[in-house]
This record gives sequence, structure tokens and C-alpha cells, in this order.
Amino acid sequence: MTKKTKEGGTPQTGRAIITIIGSDRVGIIAGISNVLAEANVNILDISQSVIREFFTMIMMVDLAGSAISFHALSERLTRKGQELSVRVEIQREEIFKAMHRV
Amino acid sequence: MRHLNFSGEEILETITMVRTEQLDIRTITVGISLLDCVSDHPETLCRNVYEKVERVARDLRRVSAEISEEFGLPIINNRIAVTPVSLIAGRCRPEDLLRVAETLDRAAHAVNVDFIGGFSAHVEKGMTDIDTNLFAAIPQALAKTKRVCASVNVGSTRAGLNMDAIAAMGGIIKRAAELTAAENSIGCAKLVVFCNAVEDNPFMAGAFHGASEPECTVNVGVSGPGVVLRAIKAAGDADFGALAAVIRRTAFKITRAGELVGRTAAARLGLPFGIVDLSLAPTPAEGDSVARILEEIGLDSVGTHGSTAALALLNDAVKKGGAMASSYVGGLSGAFIPLSEDAGMIEAAEHGFITIDKLEAMTAVCSVGLDMIAIPGETPAQTIAAIIADEAAIGMINKKTTAVRLIPAIGKSVGDWVDFGGLLGRAPIVPVNTRSSQRLIARGGRIPSPLQALIN
Repeated sequence: MTKKTKEGGTPQTGRAIITIIGSDRVGIIAGISNVLAEANVNILDISQSVIREFFTMIMMVDLAGSAISFHALSERLTRKGQELSVRVEIQREEIFKAMHRV
Repeated sequence: MRHLNFSGEEILETITMVRTEQLDIRTITVGISLLDCVSDHPETLCRNVYEKVERVARDLRRVSAEISEEFGLPIINNRIAVTPVSLIAGRCRPEDLLRVAETLDRAAHAVNVDFIGGFSAHVEKGMTDIDTNLFAAIPQALAKTKRVCASVNVGSTRAGLNMDAIAAMGGIIKRAAELTAAENSIGCAKLVVFCNAVEDNPFMAGAFHGASEPECTVNVGVSGPGVVLRAIKAAGDADFGALAAVIRRTAFKITRAGELVGRTAAARLGLPFGIVDLSLAPTPAEGDSVARILEEIGLDSVGTHGSTAALALLNDAVKKGGAMASSYVGGLSGAFIPLSEDAGMIEAAEHGFITIDKLEAMTAVCSVGLDMIAIPGETPAQTIAAIIADEAAIGMINKKTTAVRLIPAIGKSVGDWVDFGGLLGRAPIVPVNTRSSQRLIARGGRIPSPLQALIN
């Protein structure tokens, strides 16, 4: 029942939102998408805009096919964010649903 | 966007709440019934207790860390509440009860939680032999363990106040302070005296797993004074109706986050979900303060005239928002006003803007009571008992939970400071009334329960 992924942990399900905050520059989408592709995480949607003076890129991703644990994915994204000098967060979609939808 | 159901504004709001306004899940508290651990041999009892706590809570820390990462929400504490030890200890003598406390301490250590609550007794109507033995063991239990929290319920609206127990608690608090004098009398920070204690409170030091609770349960305590502060700052000079609406909306969002975390934790631990306790629980971090909220409502300093009214508004609006957000809001739910754990309170106490008398008045409308207040070490036991009696009377008459967690800091007097470190914070010693209450406390007996009619 609890099939383990390569790196251990329970298999990934559901969707997550990746938020990238920082200054706009070449290669941000490419860099982040690369990490996701390597982890076999499908991007469902991308938007970018300036919110409260921050350049903000928001991605909705599907974790279902992920080859790695949430923890590993989160670490890789954070590392990539540091390389690109932007802040990257990944959070399960449910937290936003809980807080902003009745 | 086709898939994205949230606006960037909403997503950023959540992230800002966590990153800059200190929104967090204050505690995931696993409640564990120890009723099936009973044995007439203290040794067997201890073994059963250790095994059960270790078995049920083994995965708590791991699950909590996973959830924190996946939702991007810090989870500050992981804790355990157990059945009041007085209910499971049979004929234990005080020295046996000490071993039970040490066992709880070891079990908490084994599963890596910082506090375990439930070294407790309910004595509002009177004391059994085991209650008496537990009382006798409390000071040593607090001194000899690091993680065990004790609580005693000395009164209720239905039963009145047990003044004998209240008198005894004055002495026990003093004794606990003396035994831990070398560490700023920190033993007292782990001891709460309640009136109308609730059985599902996830917050320490007063958490225990009440006798009416199920086998095991997961309760969650959510905080977020910083988030409320930012929201009402943004509301500017709005009138009270608008202010209440802002607080309600914020409390709603915070509670929903708490419920999600609680339900997820419960599912992953294979335990039933209990309640969300939406309490604005401050920490010493600047911005994470209930006092600052009251000041933003319009006070120069917390403690001045108007503090009680501002707190009443805050406490009620928080409850209303929370109650709309979750079917199972429980625990203490409201606003906490601990002194040493709140930067704004500490500042007000330092300047003498807030006194223990004003704090007492504010507890009539806050969610708990006189909390984490350091008083002179030489305060007589009878005076401490009388402070407890006052506070319990407020709870009894107003049908609410009240509590006392006082620290008579041994060897210190007004003007000195105590520093407990971490979330327990630091506090200046505040003065108490020096006129004696000795005759009141010496009378003994019970203060009868109040009328439930003629309620003015």
C-alpha cells in the first residue's frame, strides 16, 4: 500500500504552489522548470506579475508523478533559488484553499 | 489561469503571514488516555505509562516536521497531554508519584517533545487520598523533571471553590519555587491552578487529557497575534464594528490553517482529530504580542484605562471568527495575556503601566488568567493563595476558565528581573499587595457554588 519513492517517504499526491519572489532576470523559469522536470513534476500553470512591489511568479504543479519526496523537491528548489538570487517556496495547495476559500 | 484557483494576492498574503507576521501553529498536542495503564504495582504502572506514551507519540515529531514543510507553516511545539495522574495512580504514595512523573519525563524525552502535561488533579469539591499524595509530590516532581507540567483544578461554577486546596496550593507554589530557586524558580512556570479547567486544552502548562476524552486525540493550538496586529493596523481608525470584522476575518483564516494542520496530523498519526484551539498566544518576539494589539486599538500602553474593553473586543472577535471556521473549536480559544511571554506586557510592567490588579481585571474577559507573572520571592503562601482565590472567583462567577501561573522568584524583589529563556521569556518582578490575607485563607472549607439565576 505505501509504495516508497526512490528517496523514501510516502509517494506524492496532490498539487502544490511554487512561489518565486525576487527581481526579474533571465533564466528563472528555465532554472526552476529544470528542477521540476528532473523530478518528473508536471507544471500545470504559470503566472507572473508584480504584487506589492515584488516580482512574483506563481506555478501550480502536479506532484502525482514526482520521482522524489516533497522534502527533496523543496530542498532542490531552495538551492536553485539561491543560485538565481530569488526566494522559492513550495507549499501544498490545500493551505491556500483552507485559508482563502469558504 | 485555468488551474490556479487563488489570486497572487491571496498566495502572497499567506506567505507574508508566515514570513513577517509570525503566523505559526503553536502546538500539536497529542492527548493520550492512560486509564488502561492502571496497576496496583507502581512499577507496572510506570512501565505501562512509558510504553503507551512512547507507542502513541513515536511519530509525532516526524509527522509534524513533514506537515510544516509541506504547508510552509512553522509548527513551534509538539506536546503530549495525558490523563490526570490522580486518576490512574491508585494507592501510590508521594514517592511513587514522583516515579510516575519521572517516567512521563523519560517518555517525553524518548519521543522528543519538550512538555508533557497531566501531572494533575481535580479537587474543586474535595480531595481524595491520592489527590493529597499528588499535591505532596508536585514540588519535587517539578524540580526533578524538565518536561512534566502539573495542573490542579480548584474550583468550578458547579462546585464552588475548594478553599482548602487553594490554601494548600499557595504553599506548593512556594515550595516549587524554593526547590528550583537556582533556575529562577522555573518549577512554577510548569504549574497551573485552574478554575473551570477544560479537558482538551492543547496549550502548556495546563494541558491534560480529560477523563471524558477518547483513547487518543490530536489537538492543535494556533496562534497569530502578529497577523491580527497587521490587519488592524491596516484598518486605521476604523470604528469598533469594522475593527471586530477585521479581527474575525483574520481569526477565520488562522483557524482554517490550524484545522488543516490538525486534520492532516491526525490522519498521518492514525489518531482522531480533536479540536482547534484558536488562541492568540504571544511570544517574546517583537510583533508577536497581544499587548501591541491592544495598544493599536488605541492605548498608549497596555494596562491603562480601556485595556479591559479593548481585550474584551479582541477576545470575542477572535472566538467568533474561529467558531465560523471550524466545527470543532475548543480548548481555551481567545487571547492569552501572559506577562513574561509578551514583549508589550514586559515593557508595560517594567514602567509600572500595568499592575497585577489590572491584569486580574483583564482576566475577567481574556481566555485564561494571571499567567507567567513573577512576584517577589518573599510573598507569603497565604497571599499567593488569596491571589488564586480571587482569580478562581472570577472564573466561577463568570462561568469561564481562569488560571494562575505565578512565579515567586526566590531571592528577588521588585525591580529585579527573572529570565526563563526561550518562549517562557523574561519579566520584571511586579509588586503584590503587602497587606495580609491570612485570616481569609485560614478559614478553610468551600466557597459555595453560585446561583445560576439572578445573574447581575
